[in-house]
Amino acid sequence: MNSLELAWKIRRHGVEMTRISKGSHIASILSLADILGVLYSDILKYDVGNPKLEERDRFILSKGHAGAAVYSALAEVGFFPVDELMTHYADGSRLSGHISHKGVPGIEFSTGSLGHGLSVGVGMALAAKKDKKNHRVIVTLGDGECNEGSVWEAVLFANHFKLSNLIVIIDHNKMQSLTYCDDTIAITPMEEKWKAFGWNVIEVDGHDHNQLRTSLSINPNLLEKPTCIVAHTVKGKGISFMESDILWHYRSPQGEEYEAAVAELEEAKP
Amino acid sequence: MRDTFVRTLTDLAEKDKNVMLVTGDLGFGVLKNYWETYPEQFINAGIAEQNMTGLAAGMALEGKIVFTYSIGNFPTLRCLEQIRNDAAYHNANVKIVAVGGGFAYGALGMSHHATEDIAIMRALPDVIVLSPGDIIETEAAVKSLYEWEGTGYLRLGRGGGRAVHNGPIDFEIGKAIPILEGSRVAIFSTGEILEEANKAAIELNQLGISTGLYSFPTVKPIDAELIQRVAKEVDLIVTVEEHNILGGFGGAVAEVLAGTFGNRAHFERIGLEDRYSEIVGSQEYLRDSYGMSAYKIVNKISNLVVSGYVIHET
Repeated sequence: MNSLELAWKIRRHGVEMTRISKGSHIASILSLADILGVLYSDILKYDVGNPKLEERDRFILSKGHAGAAVYSALAEVGFFPVDELMTHYADGSRLSGHISHKGVPGIEFSTGSLGHGLSVGVGMALAAKKDKKNHRVIVTLGDGECNEGSVWEAVLFANHFKLSNLIVIIDHNKMQSLTYCDDTIAITPMEEKWKAFGWNVIEVDGHDHNQLRTSLSINPNLLEKPTCIVAHTVKGKGISFMESDILWHYRSPQGEEYEAAVAELEEAKP
Repeated sequence: MRDTFVRTLTDLAEKDKNVMLVTGDLGFGVLKNYWETYPEQFINAGIAEQNMTGLAAGMALEGKIVFTYSIGNFPTLRCLEQIRNDAAYHNANVKIVAVGGGFAYGALGMSHHATEDIAIMRALPDVIVLSPGDIIETEAAVKSLYEWEGTGYLRLGRGGGRAVHNGPIDFEIGKAIPILEGSRVAIFSTGEILEEANKAAIELNQLGISTGLYSFPTVKPIDAELIQRVAKEVDLIVTVEEHNILGGFGGAVAEVLAGTFGNRAHFERIGLEDRYSEIVGSQEYLRDSYGMSAYKIVNKISNLVVSGYVIHET
């Protein structure tokens, strides 16, 4: 499956999963769909038959509330049956709202409380360096998540220890829980902050698969610093009435809204 | 205790290259020998405990046995959620080491007094809590913690430290260590306050009150079997901890006793009475001020016994 098809599947599953579960975060899932589509189609090294493959790339979703998008990607590439996605949020399911590794093959790490994933990725990258292993560690952060002080502790550390095998992707959709990031705790300019902390910074359109692929194909051995890909995204991307509307951080698509969302997706099917 | 910990860990690091020591920028003059000898197994994470603990979990999940090191409440309370979500939930081999349990940092003040850490760490599922009573227990605790698969907490006392035990001990995670036998009173002690509990037990015996003494280097899992046995044998069980009496060691013993039928023993807790330390002084001064010096322990126990409150007629 190519990255455009996978991204579309993630969006389609996301709408269905949040409808059935009456759950939140569809806009975050849509924002992240292209990034995950490219990662799981073209970038990450993994083995669905051996989720703990030693040489796998480590992928951590630090913005754990978009877990449904990762579950969708994992199911589509074959880690577990696609049907199981619809148990998301359900009693007895292994697919919790915020991403959890317990019993779910392919999930590297559980998150849900913001500001945790980057430090763990830092530890994994440091261990890989010490053991002279060649896999990469890729951590996806939200821009709102960058409010957390622990993120910046890890940013300082990764620079100091020259963790070139560590890549951060910021899903920079400019919105967080209650309103726009810059109306909450101003984070702009994101790129300059990471540069000032010593990171290699690449800006991309987070919905342009070619740009994502190119930026994620960097050879860590050529650098002596960690890389931050600031992916400019649109919250709710792909469903016009959800785009950049804070309502859809929490709202679940039901009835006519659900049907309209599906119609838009079907129209855009690759 | 601190020095015993570093010495023991240095020996382990020599044998196992996966042993890692991560400090939150503390240990001046203490960790130097370790980092000079095993620089590849040492990381200074800076003054950033959340990141220290998160990265420790990340390294542990890649096969390292990671000891995080700091003082007072910094490696526990400051980064509690990283311990819970990142280390414990993932069964990561992270060993959290705090130097300065209780009032060890005496005159530095309340911020540096660890007096709720046992209760808080004990509440985390799959986290073992070790609080050795002297340097002999410390050495055994470090070795056991190294061998333990999963997340653990090691609460240490001061820099130097003395031995209370006269010789080798039989150390096992989850087991208390008997020091003195006694028929009327049993003192249960955890952590470095053992030195005060030991003095108190000796004096009580000299006063004619037969008093046993048990050190609990493991608070979790607690030695329920021993507690239940002793509760049938003596008139009074007293826990002693350099810690809040709520939720910590006394709380753990109380949970066992409350769940047991037919106890003979009355139960009392000695520790900080649900308050913060707010006076200035040395560890000895603070222990006495807050009622946990040997002298205060003897007073409390002898008053309880003499009052007849805990003496059984049968």
